[in-house]
Amino acid sequence: MTDIVSPGQGVVVSKAPERRDIGLKRRYAAERRFRIYGIAAISFGLIFLAVLLTSVVSKGYTAFLQTAITLPIEFSEKTIDPNNKRATDPSVLIAANYSVLIRDAMVKTLNLNASSRPEVRDATAMISKGAPIQLRDMVVADPSLIGRTVNITLLADANVDSANKGQIDLKVDEKNRKVNDRQVGWMNQLAETGALHKKFNTGLFVNGNSSRPEAAGLGVALVGSLYLMLIVLVLSLPIGVAASIYLEEFAPKNKLTDLIEVNINNLAAVPSIVYGLLGLAVFINFAGLPRSASLVGGLVLTLMTLPTIIIATRAALRAVPPSIRSAALGLGASKMQMVFHHVLPLAMPGILTGTIIGLAHALGETAPLLLIGMVAFVANAPATPMEPSTALPVQVYMWANEAERAFVERTSGAIIVLLLFLILMNLGAILLRRRFERRW
Amino acid sequence: MNMLTEAAVEKAVDQKMNTIPYKMIGQDVSVYYGEKRALFDVKLNIRENTVTALIGPSGCGKSTFLRSLNRMNDTIDGCRVTGKITLDGEDIYDPDIDVVELRARVGMVFQKPNPFPKTIYENVAYGPRIHGLAKSKVDMDQIVEHSLQRAGLWNEVKDRVHEAGTGLSGGQQQRLCIARAVAVSPEVILMDEPCSALDPIATAKVEELIHELRENYTIVIVTHSMQQAARVSQRTAMFHLGNLVEENDTDKMFTNPDDPRTQDYIMGRFG
Repeated sequence: MTDIVSPGQGVVVSKAPERRDIGLKRRYAAERRFRIYGIAAISFGLIFLAVLLTSVVSKGYTAFLQTAITLPIEFSEKTIDPNNKRATDPSVLIAANYSVLIRDAMVKTLNLNASSRPEVRDATAMISKGAPIQLRDMVVADPSLIGRTVNITLLADANVDSANKGQIDLKVDEKNRKVNDRQVGWMNQLAETGALHKKFNTGLFVNGNSSRPEAAGLGVALVGSLYLMLIVLVLSLPIGVAASIYLEEFAPKNKLTDLIEVNINNLAAVPSIVYGLLGLAVFINFAGLPRSASLVGGLVLTLMTLPTIIIATRAALRAVPPSIRSAALGLGASKMQMVFHHVLPLAMPGILTGTIIGLAHALGETAPLLLIGMVAFVANAPATPMEPSTALPVQVYMWANEAERAFVERTSGAIIVLLLFLILMNLGAILLRRRFERRW
Repeated sequence: MNMLTEAAVEKAVDQKMNTIPYKMIGQDVSVYYGEKRALFDVKLNIRENTVTALIGPSGCGKSTFLRSLNRMNDTIDGCRVTGKITLDGEDIYDPDIDVVELRARVGMVFQKPNPFPKTIYENVAYGPRIHGLAKSKVDMDQIVEHSLQRAGLWNEVKDRVHEAGTGLSGGQQQRLCIARAVAVSPEVILMDEPCSALDPIATAKVEELIHELRENYTIVIVTHSMQQAARVSQRTAMFHLGNLVEENDTDKMFTNPDDPRTQDYIMGRFG
């Protein structure tokens, strides 16, 4: 290369003029500074995200495991049906005192002194208070169990669960904690034989709400949130897309449509609790729809999501190059054909992304649902959207208000479930966009 | 063919030109964009099976006039057209005229190649499909092949008609757009600077194509290139500041124009 740059003998080279100071140093320094601000801003955001996720996950991951105790339960006829009337009167099976079976099993397993009441009380307190109902349901379903001894896995009490997960500080004085030393001794004894163990917490996804933390689950909230999402999707997608298409492609541009546009943009910024008040006034008080129902929740969230979807859809429609519209119109396509054959398919990725982000927003919304009564204590999953229900974020809110240690981990567990759904939806949005994205 | 006979043929064409019927007639055409007036009482007639070139400096209203011939101006908010434009004697701004039908008769090719982001086949088949021109799949295949042949693109794309039209080169894309316009069998084809985004080789192909299309279609072309106007057209109209300056046979226009402004523009003294 040098022989190109260096002139040959006798060639006259022009002289470079004196360099002007064009502030290069200052300009590069400004750029460097700006990059540093940017990196600092992103790091700041990432740190907070990391803190949030670690906090939630470290507190919540234990909620997916649950302590259970397997006991050899003797379904003694003497306790359940002493007068042998079950053939004629099945209600005796329901009325029987199943707690006795658990007490007897504990006494036998731990070799307790059956006459010492405090000892026996402490021992039976280790089993969930829901256990007798579990046994009753088993016997009612299969009366042939009576007279046999079967190993049955029962949920441990929430305090035992917490102690087993190391969430209760055992160094604290015995009087100031929920699990006493005697119970800890029994826990160790049961754990050695394998009777006390941890299992996956299916109840968290299946059960409804309960005041006993070990039996409380997100079942109702999941069903409720599912109904909400379906209602929001079915209502807001067609209404939002139709409104956007009309405003963007057909409506004349005048004062009225300007006013509508301003209002839609403002509606997107209205606090969600205001939509809750509106829903309460219109859907419940005026239209007479049932309180706490996911139908009303869905309608309120639809109102809240519509501006988001309309704004996203209009932006997506506007992003379609005008040359495509001219091409279609120039061929003699009607306006409707132009929109539905060319513009809409090209805008689809943007519309879907906007819709899913709107839905994700609605999934995490709490305030409007509180106002229309979806904050009720609901133990049974709703069969239809007209029945009382809760939603995931509301369940988080309700559990966060509970005092027991076991609810703390369940609150975080519920947040993890909620976050997982949000991540799934956003992932779906990204995949759909990738799939439908076309270049021109 | 020696020089003499060629000149004789040219003369014969010239004389014949005056007997060619008018396909479209524009009378006192004025176009307003809101308050702004873009065209001033333009009187311009388009002869059948002739290439008419519209020339003039930027912003002179030639594209506006072109777009008023198939009412593409209707799509612009605040645009208003006065005067009268007829196609085969029918007023195209008459309320009884359906704009969709008009655009099927007066097709358009745009400045920037704008194929649909679909396959080559779908690009060409779209027009015939919405107008119901094909009775069957075989019919449609025939229309597509025929149109691509007309546009001189068939041999280049016959093995990949089901690939994306946007994957073609710029010149091929523009010929695809011409094939798409031809597929609906229009009577008039409007071309708005069809070669401005193309390289000289692609331009030559499109010009050759325009030459061939003239046999079956009436063509109106807007161009910034004097040479192109001279090469492809038989009639030329010169616009300036929204006025029609001169309309004449192309040969006369480029050798001995009536209006001094035309002379100046062609010589490159303004514009």
